[in-house]
Amino acid sequence: MVRLLQLELQKLLLNRTSKILIFISFILPFTVLILSSIKINFFGFFTLELGELGIYNFPIIWHITTFFAAQFKFFFAIVVVSMIGNEYSNKTIKQNLIDGLSKKEFILSKFYTIVFFSLVATILLTLISLLIGLYYSSYNEIGIILSETEYLLGYFVKLVGFFSFCLFLGMLAKRSAFALAFLFVDFILEWIIFGLITWKANVDIAEKIQNFFPLKSMYNLIKQPFQRIAMSKFPDKESLAYDYAVHWYEIVIVIGWTALFVFLSYRLLKKRDL
Amino acid sequence: MESILTINNLTKKFGYLTAVKDLSFTINKGNVYGILGPNGSGKSTTLGVVLNVVNKTSGDFHWFDGNITTHDALKRVGAIIENPNFYPYMSGYDNLRLVCKIKGVDLTKIDEKLEIVGLTDRKNSKFKTYSLGMKQRLAIASALLNDPEILILDEPTNGLDPQGIHQIRQIIKDIANNGTTILLASHLLDEVEKVCSHVVVLRKGEKLYSGRVDEMISSHGFFELKTDKHDELITILENDEAFGKIKIEDQLITAFLNNPMEASTFNKLMFEKGITLSHLVKRKESLEEQFLQLTDNN
Repeated sequence: MVRLLQLELQKLLLNRTSKILIFISFILPFTVLILSSIKINFFGFFTLELGELGIYNFPIIWHITTFFAAQFKFFFAIVVVSMIGNEYSNKTIKQNLIDGLSKKEFILSKFYTIVFFSLVATILLTLISLLIGLYYSSYNEIGIILSETEYLLGYFVKLVGFFSFCLFLGMLAKRSAFALAFLFVDFILEWIIFGLITWKANVDIAEKIQNFFPLKSMYNLIKQPFQRIAMSKFPDKESLAYDYAVHWYEIVIVIGWTALFVFLSYRLLKKRDL
Repeated sequence: MESILTINNLTKKFGYLTAVKDLSFTINKGNVYGILGPNGSGKSTTLGVVLNVVNKTSGDFHWFDGNITTHDALKRVGAIIENPNFYPYMSGYDNLRLVCKIKGVDLTKIDEKLEIVGLTDRKNSKFKTYSLGMKQRLAIASALLNDPEILILDEPTNGLDPQGIHQIRQIIKDIANNGTTILLASHLLDEVEKVCSHVVVLRKGEKLYSGRVDEMISSHGFFELKTDKHDELITILENDEAFGKIKIEDQLITAFLNNPMEASTFNKLMFEKGITLSHLVKRKESLEEQFLQLTDNN
């Protein structure tokens, strides 16, 4: 496992483009988080301090930081897609297999890399959220800090799932640009199917079915926190209430997709003549 | 003899096209094999199948004694297919480092093999800055990293200039002299003739011949003859059972032997019949002539 991870890391870290993208995908979200946590003075007109809004209180901070950091996953998605695309365009995938890497090892080395980077991202996010939280949060009891940390698990599962999807699309399309296009097509497709079911049946059924689709199920792990912030400001407004928790079945669905995507990538490579 | 690769009734179809048809042969340790065939005869496909990158349609093959998986066997094999495929953004050294990790070979081998192919002074340059000859030499160094039991080369001199071709051939010869088994696929006959002891001849995916190069055609050679008594000689040759086909180009008569016969015996025979020869050469077909004969007649 370490050998396969080392292989892939060498391929990625010696490539300038993917090095920059990896750097961006890690640094950018955390810079934004840190910047948003400091007090910004707009030329003396007014001062903006998001911390004052209470969004950096435990435990809601876990929800907020994981949600915003997850928006930056697209940068690493480009890395994932191009690490497959490059293997095909340089024909190094063929040479790797000839040199004695099995097809299973090839897919696994990509998957391990995905898990590795998702893990690093999750750990970094945990540390930074913890620091910001400890600084701003009005509640600092251990019990409160540790509550709702399932968002971190959700974040990790979401990243692994999303990148595995990219891995599969990369294997399917062989070219980075097409793979990203497929990703976009799937996004639209999920909404078209949602619309069709709503039209034929009703919104409730459509939503239930849509929750099983890949992109939607990944989104479901960490739902938007804006409504929740509003809820905390106006606790008496019942119409704002919604289910924002991370449910075990949502995690199971995404893990299911992850397993399917990795398996399909392997099947695809196995069947293909290079 | 210890067998390295055994192929049994291998068939590969791409849709309607049959690229390799019912192919069987065995590669034994210590010989230098050539796979000969015109373009599109299935050479690369056959190699692709045994190298785990092309899926076979039917038949089977096994490496060594057949008890290890193909990808483990490939760790004991060195192979280059058509173009050298490396990561363009990595240096030659880094590319080989990657191959070492895949094959599970010690990193100290890298410098040793770079020395053999003469790339030591360019090992830290990026692969994309290499000339085609250098790329091909890096590919050979990469294939040699694990001190392979068999080296598989597919068109190793394709697209190289004369110096490049010469360098590569010299390297191949040196490796062969060290006792490494080599399998060389090529459509360049003189290349195969110069280095190989055994050949497999393919045409349209079918095997036409496999065996030693010098036994490729059961031929006893031929005489090239010239004489003043041109027509008389032709009559004698046509009536002699020792000769088969007779070809006449201007004054030059080519007579193919059915039975072995020495040039001196023939000369004496002709002299006794009152024919003096002004030109007498006994020759065997070159590989090129044998190859064309094989691929035309079938």
